[in-house]
Amino acid sequence: MDFEPSDDQRLLLESVSRMLTDTYSFAQRKTYLAAPEGYSTAMWARFAEQGLLGVPFAEEYGGYGGGAQEIMLVMQAFGRVLVLEPYLATVVLGGGAVRIAGTDAQKKAILPAICEGNLKMAFAHSERQARYDLTDVVTTAKRDGDAWVLDGSKTVVQHGDTADKLVISARTSGERYDADGITLFLVDTSAPGLARRSYATRDETRAADISLGNVRVSDADVLGEVGKGLAIIQAVIDAGIAATAAETVGAMEAMNEMTLEYSKTRVQFGAPIGTYQVVQHRMSDMFMTQEQGRSMAMLATMMMDEEDQATRAHNMAMAKVGVAQAGRYVSQSAVQMHGGIGMTEEYAVGHYFRRCMVMERLWGDPAYYLQKLADEVN
Amino acid sequence: MDLRFTPEEIAFREEVRAFIRDNLPTDIRDRMKLGHSPRKEDIVRWQRILNAKGWAGLSWPKEWGGPGWTAIQKMIFLEENQVAPAPELSSFNITMIGPVLLQFGTEEQKKRFLPRAANIDDWWCQGFSEPGAGSDLASLKTAAKREGDHYIVNGQKIWTSTAHVADWCFLLVRTNPNARKRQEGISFLLVDMKTPGITVRPIISIDGSHHLNEVFFDDVKVPVDLRVYEENKGWDVAKFLLGNERTGIARLGKSRERVNASVEMARQVNNNGRPLIEDSTFRQRVAQLEIDMKALEITQYRVVSAYDKAGGSGRPDPLSSVLKVKGTELLQATTELAIDVAGPMATPIWAEELAALNEPDDLLEASSASVGAYLFLRAASIYGGTNEIQKNILTKAVLGL
Repeated sequence: MDFEPSDDQRLLLESVSRMLTDTYSFAQRKTYLAAPEGYSTAMWARFAEQGLLGVPFAEEYGGYGGGAQEIMLVMQAFGRVLVLEPYLATVVLGGGAVRIAGTDAQKKAILPAICEGNLKMAFAHSERQARYDLTDVVTTAKRDGDAWVLDGSKTVVQHGDTADKLVISARTSGERYDADGITLFLVDTSAPGLARRSYATRDETRAADISLGNVRVSDADVLGEVGKGLAIIQAVIDAGIAATAAETVGAMEAMNEMTLEYSKTRVQFGAPIGTYQVVQHRMSDMFMTQEQGRSMAMLATMMMDEEDQATRAHNMAMAKVGVAQAGRYVSQSAVQMHGGIGMTEEYAVGHYFRRCMVMERLWGDPAYYLQKLADEVN
Repeated sequence: MDLRFTPEEIAFREEVRAFIRDNLPTDIRDRMKLGHSPRKEDIVRWQRILNAKGWAGLSWPKEWGGPGWTAIQKMIFLEENQVAPAPELSSFNITMIGPVLLQFGTEEQKKRFLPRAANIDDWWCQGFSEPGAGSDLASLKTAAKREGDHYIVNGQKIWTSTAHVADWCFLLVRTNPNARKRQEGISFLLVDMKTPGITVRPIISIDGSHHLNEVFFDDVKVPVDLRVYEENKGWDVAKFLLGNERTGIARLGKSRERVNASVEMARQVNNNGRPLIEDSTFRQRVAQLEIDMKALEITQYRVVSAYDKAGGSGRPDPLSSVLKVKGTELLQATTELAIDVAGPMATPIWAEELAALNEPDDLLEASSASVGAYLFLRAASIYGGTNEIQKNILTKAVLGL
């Protein structure tokens, strides 16, 4: 076993961390939030310059040639400062779907543009009625001459409002809840018949509801095999789980550091509150939880290369539950240890708390994955 | 020992329930059922209805407009009112400044303020915490200097709930900076929020709401006859206020109402093709909350009943710290249940979506409100003495450590 990053990975982490130190203070972040996009287009360009937008893509498509471990390092660094830009949506999810299932022509058309910062993507799978069930797809794609016609709607598409291109799931055959018959399509957000309604989410990023009315898509924009989209969706979501697990770890690190600092400076009853055992023990618990969460985030990252589907699903579920629970405990505790100031919009810790609240329920909450794991017990 | 309510208590509960059913404005009830906090006007409207019935005074004596209930009756009322769900009585008016004036106020102060407090003709707020004085309240620095018939107040308060809509503030100030013990130089003043020199600045909470404030006092003149009790004895008043009415602090009825609302929502939420209510994990979670609520209910009635037996006076029971800790943990657990029922729909801020709807979407609205409550009620284990401080009280007062 080896838990140490390689020299190249260390360099990558150092360069990301250095850039974020210069550009992503809480005050700077506030100015990015104020832009109409809800993030900084200048930062996005900077990510492109630094090669971050190509981290998981092969060199032949303009990428860095990295894998899940490199994504873990980047996302952890992003979690520490609550990066707002659509990295997860574009690089991990939308771009991830193309990386996993795209033809060479599709990759050539899309991945270099992502790497250069010229194409933003989002992953439009969830539907309002579906809760966390991946097979609950009622959006349809019907054959019409040499094209497909999409009708339906998608909800809470993270960063769907600013994306140039969406990966959209639709049912090409079968019934609601059937595992077979779901197909993925690459659709420009400017396509006729596609409408977006954008809104803020609790973590201050943006999302959109997408409605599809008679949207025509050519065969060339089918991603993967017709009717076999579920396995791709699952793989994309696994990548999302691993990436947000790392982001949660970064957020926990930041909250624990803030709490420690606050405990040394906040004086009550004549002494810093960090000298009181009730505070010390809570902070020890927060630290232990962070480390357990980190271990589970590492597990999720390692599982990205696991070939056996059952092993992978089992471990991803465990990691998802472990990290989500860790994030909830650490973020609630961080607010509690700060007292009143932790409850304010002005102070950073509440923003981390809300981001953790959002991440814990992306693609399923602990109850959902616990049930999956419980079903496997025998 | 008998854990059952007496026939009189059962009849009383039915009377309260019927009155609330027949008199609570349906628009208020419907909004609260969806998990919204009552607005100021909702609280005022409902408290005036209760006051007209003679019920707003809760623990106040009859001569001052109270209903003359036993402590058990009070608990029954609070529970029914919360379960309805109806807005809770203004705690600042009814369980803080009212009892303080009844215990320490002059006749003139009582006559001037009590009837208006019962009817919320004055909305009160509490000027206690300061930037440097939170858990350690006695270290407060806001100064009041005596000049003739007035005090001149200078300093800053923080976390002042509803100060931006308040008419009056009860305020702890330091009148003797040279006292031997910090607690001995504090006085308790009543301040008209319209007095020149008071500046209220909003603090936005993590749920995006404006509830808390900073309040700045810059040469604010307060007449000496608006001091409650003796000069430099304000700490006794504060201790009485903080120890008084702790029994209501568990807000058990609120937890119960929130669990009921989540169960109702779970009937409508699709979970893998079945209503979420049929999910065994969800049901076990509700069952666990029922157990925790039952235990707290009995503990609460034990505390209350002991208070009644002691003739409605005596020192605050340290067990009330159990009610605060367990009650707030429970309330927070109910908010977690609600956001987990909402599931992925808890992620967006649906404000614009809801505003644009042609017909109401209760599920969406409740999902949206559930997150606001989850975020805001993290404060429940912070305000009114953090749960850490409550545990310190227990270790000292009960365990004698």
